[in-house]
Amino acid sequence: MTDTAITLREAEAGDIAAVARLDELHTGLAKPEYWRQMQQPHEGRCFLVAESDGAVAGFIVGEVRTWEFGSPPCGWVFAVNVSPDCREGGVGSALLEAICQRFRRSGVSTVRTMISRDDPLNLAFFRSQGLTAGPYLELEKALDPAEPA
Amino acid sequence: MRLQKSTLFALYAVLELAADPSRQMSTADIAARYGISVHHLAKVMRQLVRAGLIQSVRGVGGGYRFSGNVKRVTLWDIIEQFEPEADQPDDVSLDTATPISLALDSVRGEIDDITRATMQSITLKSLLKFAPAED
Repeated sequence: MTDTAITLREAEAGDIAAVARLDELHTGLAKPEYWRQMQQPHEGRCFLVAESDGAVAGFIVGEVRTWEFGSPPCGWVFAVNVSPDCREGGVGSALLEAICQRFRRSGVSTVRTMISRDDPLNLAFFRSQGLTAGPYLELEKALDPAEPA
Repeated sequence: MRLQKSTLFALYAVLELAADPSRQMSTADIAARYGISVHHLAKVMRQLVRAGLIQSVRGVGGGYRFSGNVKRVTLWDIIEQFEPEADQPDDVSLDTATPISLALDSVRGEIDDITRATMQSITLKSLLKFAPAED
């Protein structure tokens, strides 16, 4: 499938069920409340959906963050997802380009994301869009529940 | 990640052919372009044919042609043909694992995991898309 005919627009409350379904399809986890919260107005946030034939074909959400982790203002993409029926049709690329335009208009010149190493689909997508390893390393550790709170 | 010569040659050859899947190139052409040994590359090309990544074209003007899917084949798909141990931890054969050796293994494992995820995420098409244009 190539060049799916889509319309890009801001996500609305009525899109959340479809967004949550798409996300659950990919991650295996249902989190409708998270997506409802994401759709609430928030400074610097951008939540777009791609519509094809009246249905949500994909979505992208992110926001401009300033000085977190010492980073100058930067556009973060939190999630992007395209319906399996519409993949390889340019939907993800159009969504990413649209959010990058909004980031540019906000005055930032870098877009950044974080992807699980076990998510080859999204890793390959962002690579295909020109994103490469950035100057930060993500570090974490498990918190032992037996240790004092 | 330190790649063997054969692996690098394979990456050069497959990417060169994948840049234009309709084009045929001989081993000598590719070797000359990258300044590498024809003899060594010939062995690499035979292995790439066996792996189904390229095909040999017989006859006048014959040579090799890319036969994979540039949107699907990743750098890792090529690397793992030539670095069979790439996915395995180094076998230093310590008789006894110590806390220090285990901690070092863990750090090296982190690096290996990142390397593998990176190589698995870059398709030939993505790499070629961002390769600088030739003068």
